[in-house]
Amino acid sequence: MNLDNPTAPHTAPDAAQPGLKARVRDLNFHYGSTHALKNVNLDIAEKRVTALIGPSGCGKTTYLRCFNRMHDLYAGNRYQGEILLYPDAMNIIGPKVDPIEVRMRISMVFQKPNPFPKSIYENVAYGLRVRGVTRRSLIDEKVEQALQWAALWDEVKDRLHDLAFNLSGGQQQRLCIARALATDPEILLFDEPTSALDPIATARIEELVHGLKERVTIIIVTHNMQQAARVSDYTAFMYLGEVVEFGNTNTIFTNPSKKQTEDYITGRYG
Amino acid sequence: MEPIHTHISRQYNTELEEIRSRVLQMGGLVEQQIEQALNALVKGDAALGDTVIGDDTKVNQLEVTIDEECNQIIARRQPAAGDLRLVVAVIKTITDLERVGDEAEKIARMAVRLAGEERPKNNYAEIQVLGLHVRQMVHDALDAFARVDIEAALRVAREDQKVDQQYEAVMRQMITFMMEDPRTISRMLNVIWAARALERIGDHARNICEYIIYLVKGKDVRHTSLDQVEREILGRK
Repeated sequence: MNLDNPTAPHTAPDAAQPGLKARVRDLNFHYGSTHALKNVNLDIAEKRVTALIGPSGCGKTTYLRCFNRMHDLYAGNRYQGEILLYPDAMNIIGPKVDPIEVRMRISMVFQKPNPFPKSIYENVAYGLRVRGVTRRSLIDEKVEQALQWAALWDEVKDRLHDLAFNLSGGQQQRLCIARALATDPEILLFDEPTSALDPIATARIEELVHGLKERVTIIIVTHNMQQAARVSDYTAFMYLGEVVEFGNTNTIFTNPSKKQTEDYITGRYG
Repeated sequence: MEPIHTHISRQYNTELEEIRSRVLQMGGLVEQQIEQALNALVKGDAALGDTVIGDDTKVNQLEVTIDEECNQIIARRQPAAGDLRLVVAVIKTITDLERVGDEAEKIARMAVRLAGEERPKNNYAEIQVLGLHVRQMVHDALDAFARVDIEAALRVAREDQKVDQQYEAVMRQMITFMMEDPRTISRMLNVIWAARALERIGDHARNICEYIIYLVKGKDVRHTSLDQVEREILGRK
């Protein structure tokens, strides 16, 4: 991959090289007659955090949602191109690929915490049960592990059977992260995960993202540019459905090569 | 680098414009300090020397003020890209300008000390020549900063090599004088100190030029030869 070279096109080099989690080729996406993604070639590095930034409507969330086939839920949406998920090079958006299989490998955390109206324990156990895990001891173990990873265990271990809605907003969001982690996903998608949270809860989530990249590849969409700068290794700036610039986060925020990127991150846009 | 005045937030434009113009104000004051310190030395004007010494606090005060404004911008605006580089370049530039002010003050102190003594026949000609050269360098460096002109910055940086050569020549001359007539040693040592101060000012002017290149190109060119800068940053053969 050529992620270290800021001027390199975001078309990524050789997929056989280690460190590539997903290879996106000529990805086009239509909502009915709206062409929302235009020939996007934006690769995702393994066990790294890739941030997508750009103004509203630039296609960053659309791109993110392609990764777990969220768009399939609505009629009239159309994918073209390919998203090859490594190591097996499965084309996520291939017509023969079952979205359920994709979602087993790629989890998502949304803008607003959306726990199920169940207990804390059952929220995390839900994905495992859906996948047919029935052994109680295994579920217990997985639930504890996921809550540990989500840095929530210490706060909830004595009230696992309380209703999830009793948790604070930040805790609910970490519960959603634990729920996403329980099934051992390969990629975790974050869509504006902290926009509904206060600064302390935000800092906790960011710290969590930092720790999580040891075990999972992360893609995060955020409107908060400082957040992208803080948590990500790579940043892509998107505009009008296209990737304008993709590179090392350090480079993007100190010396971007495209004027449009500079204008956006320095508040000159519009 | 994008022009400062194009942000959505006009207040932000104003804040960045403010630190930029304050740097130029500080630079103007420092230039004046060098000029007056040299005049004090050449004319044996102790009163002027004292003024320069007193005015150094104004230079210091400006450094503190600009530093504070930069801190505010970092804390409140979290500047990125070209804006970030501007703030960083300003913080570094004012440190160098403050040191140029200190060197001018040193020359002024020398002038005060030497004012009552017999003046050399050539009236510190070598110091005057060197002084003119570095003053012009500081002026041109600030001009390059104001116009964000890397070509000019590179030209000024090159001048530093000439200043270093001139300084070497002054040293050789002073050593010769001292060997010929040991009674001049005490006075010549003062001249050497003044020459040394001027040579340092040249170095600071060169540093400022390096910050301008960083500001425009985003590349740190400290500890890089100027030929390398031309080749690798400006892409010339």
